[in-house]
Amino acid sequence: MLKYNTLVVLAGVSLLGASAGMVGSFAVLRKRALTGDALSHAALPGLCLAFLFMRERNVPAMLLGALASGVAGIMIISALRRWTRVREDAAIGSVLTVFFGAGIALLAAIQKMEGLGSKAGLDSYIFGKTAGMTRADVYLILLAGVFGLVAVAILYKEFLSISFDIDFARSLGWPVYLLDLLLMSLVALAVVIGLPAVGVVLISALLIMPGAAARFWTDRLSTLLVLSGVFGFGVGLVGTWLSATLDQLPAGPIIVLSGTALFVVSMLLGSQRGIVARWIDQRRFETTLGLRQLLKIAWEREEAAGRPVALATGDLVSRKTWSEARANQLLSSAQSAGFVRPIASDISSFELTPSGRDEALAATRGQRLWEAFLAEYPEQAGSTANLASLSIEDYVPPAVVEQLTAQLRAANRWPSRRGRESLPPGDNP
Amino acid sequence: MMERFPSAKTPDPLKPRAPAARPWQALSLVAYLAVGLGLGLVALRWQVEGTLRPEQSLLWADFTSPLWTIAIGVLTNVACALLGCYLVLRRMSLLGDAISHAVLPGLAIAFLLTGELSGWPMFLGAMAIGVLTSVLTQAIAKLGKVSEDTSMGVVFTSLFALGVVLIMAFAKRAHIDAECILFGNIDWASTDWPPPPYWPVPRSVWPLGFSLLLTLVYVTLFWKELKIVSFDPALAAAMGLSVPFIHYSLMAMVAGISVTSFDAVGSILVVAMLVVPGATAALVTDRLSWMLAWAATFGIVSAVFGYVLAAALGTSVAGMMAVVAGAQLTGAVILGPHYGLASRWLRNLSLAVRIASEDVIARLYREEERGAGSGFGVQGSGGRSRESGVGTMVEWLAEFRLRNNHWVAADAGGQQRLTDAGRTAARNLVRAHRLWETYLDTHFDLPRDHLHDAAERMEHFLDPELQAELDAELAGVATDPHGKAIPRKEE
Repeated sequence: MLKYNTLVVLAGVSLLGASAGMVGSFAVLRKRALTGDALSHAALPGLCLAFLFMRERNVPAMLLGALASGVAGIMIISALRRWTRVREDAAIGSVLTVFFGAGIALLAAIQKMEGLGSKAGLDSYIFGKTAGMTRADVYLILLAGVFGLVAVAILYKEFLSISFDIDFARSLGWPVYLLDLLLMSLVALAVVIGLPAVGVVLISALLIMPGAAARFWTDRLSTLLVLSGVFGFGVGLVGTWLSATLDQLPAGPIIVLSGTALFVVSMLLGSQRGIVARWIDQRRFETTLGLRQLLKIAWEREEAAGRPVALATGDLVSRKTWSEARANQLLSSAQSAGFVRPIASDISSFELTPSGRDEALAATRGQRLWEAFLAEYPEQAGSTANLASLSIEDYVPPAVVEQLTAQLRAANRWPSRRGRESLPPGDNP
Repeated sequence: MMERFPSAKTPDPLKPRAPAARPWQALSLVAYLAVGLGLGLVALRWQVEGTLRPEQSLLWADFTSPLWTIAIGVLTNVACALLGCYLVLRRMSLLGDAISHAVLPGLAIAFLLTGELSGWPMFLGAMAIGVLTSVLTQAIAKLGKVSEDTSMGVVFTSLFALGVVLIMAFAKRAHIDAECILFGNIDWASTDWPPPPYWPVPRSVWPLGFSLLLTLVYVTLFWKELKIVSFDPALAAAMGLSVPFIHYSLMAMVAGISVTSFDAVGSILVVAMLVVPGATAALVTDRLSWMLAWAATFGIVSAVFGYVLAAALGTSVAGMMAVVAGAQLTGAVILGPHYGLASRWLRNLSLAVRIASEDVIARLYREEERGAGSGFGVQGSGGRSRESGVGTMVEWLAEFRLRNNHWVAADAGGQQRLTDAGRTAARNLVRAHRLWETYLDTHFDLPRDHLHDAAERMEHFLDPELQAELDAELAGVATDPHGKAIPRKEE
């Protein structure tokens, strides 16, 4: 049975993971993953100053201080980038370390103070201490999470635009800078709330990893947000449970390592951008193209001979740079697609089926139209040509297609079924 | 002939000119270093004096510990600052950040294997992890098609977490304290002395001195390669230099230096010493050699003042070093010689003042030309910025400039009139204006009423040389497109 304390910690860390994951996915999309890192470091001096000012461990005041100095750090970074010659990476690096250095100095000073240092418990902000989480902390996390959720729900369209196409957002006249700052403030809120649990260095992992992992599974922002929330929740849950089970190990790093595992698995298996999914897509695409080539070869052999001709592996290898294995593989996929069938007399040769002949006609037409188009309008190649598509009609205006067709007819290169048996090449009307 | 203008030898007057390497670079660097060290030592003396018992004299005071602490700080900071310049130039500051976090597991593994936290195994292990971080970051960005910063964030937080877990799980019995690695303990490092038969030098000076030496050798040996790769990687590749070799060797060096610096400043604040001095130096100079020198100087001053301030406030030396480095960066952002906000503001102000005062004399000249004459005021010259309060200051300064140059003087009736000197200056200005209008009219298809505004801006930037070129180009045209005479040049 789980103890009450463990339950509180589990709930708290999971909720934290969910809210950090959700707002953090915006940071990932905005290519600001490391800004979250800067934020968490920059929050430290504010935290310490608030403690010094209040002279006691007053959580709301300390969180407010942390939030203020975190946002100040972000604003300094963007000011440095806009108005000085300091580039973004150096600006982030400098603000991060200088703020953190100031925080460490304050922390050391506080720890030496009579009667103050011991009750500060500020240490936990560096490495994090999940074990100390109370019910009040969980409510606070929940509150901050709901706040972030509501803000994202209200400003969904705006955040969507600045995440994917900031120039578009600017052209609509939206206050892009303010929206950006608001988004970063939401990130800052999640960071500040999460600091005591996982610590300065590792909170940025909670921000980045769920969003980055979810990105492998979807291309839609709404799905991405839900998924990164779920991932964050799961990472928090599993990490906390693991560290509670393994006893010896600190929760923060274990949570991060669970996130790493999730990221790696998603990178491999993600349905949308995962390595395996992309590899399968790639192979499928190659097979489609290969089949089209095969059918075209079959068609052209018939065209040259003026009658149906058998097709063997050797014929394919001599026309293309395919290896024998590749040619055989393509033939068998063509067979299973019903485009070709083995000839009864010679088991290693194939002939086109009626449906295969239709397909071959379409493939040859498509290919020749594309070739004619590219020969005629080479300057359009970059913008319109998509050789992966069979039909040119989707990309080129009908008038141009007609013109190209006429051109091919005139050159006697327009593939058609007519006159196959009777007419020798050259006599086409 | 269009290609005669703008002529190659005339720099674009609207663009700020980059500061050239001037002799005062050396002078100001030495002065900055001297003032920094001097002030630091005075403060140190004062501090030590405070700890003396009444019967002790300053002569007997023990400076050893503070001086060694500062020395360790200097060794660390200089090595970091030199390498950091290249990170900043290559826009890879954050990779430095990532590497200094990521070496933690390398450290833990090296410790588990060899049982000690120093020497070659640690240094080499760190270098390997540094290269690994960089390789992993690029591999994940490429394989997973994610942005570089995301993959960097994933890689270094994971490695860091792994390091913390390794240390906590396996190295408990040993003297390897995660907090010490993170924040360093420079006071302890400076008081950890070897037993007597050795040289009277704290232990940690040796590895730090060695890594500084290694850095110096590395930078000197690969000076040209590093320079070209930093400023123009494409050129470097075209010249047959191995960009990956330079990249990975730099990463390895950064990792090695981070690890040896842990004693002094800890893994997180190493990044401050890597990034901040380099970023500061980039604001001060445009030449690589001077940038390195300045970065080292900023590092030294950070070490000295970081220690002094930390001792005065009773706080962490490493933290204060970062704070001092940040203060220097702030100083450079505001006061930097050419790119600083203050000098940019001053430059704009002096330009505004010059234009405002020139506009006044040009107007007086035109009025004289028409035979009318009225008093003067600078009103209308700074109209655009009037509401910000800058306008009035520009007016005031412009009036000052007019009097100071003796361009205007009051006549018997109290009216302000052009003096001879003022008239000469004004004639040149009006000449520039009308030459430019004529030039635009001959060479560009612009409507007549568009000529004036362009010339009104350009007149302030046409020096006598350009005017002579324009004059030759226009082959002695006597009047501008509006039919007004172009004043002749006055010697």
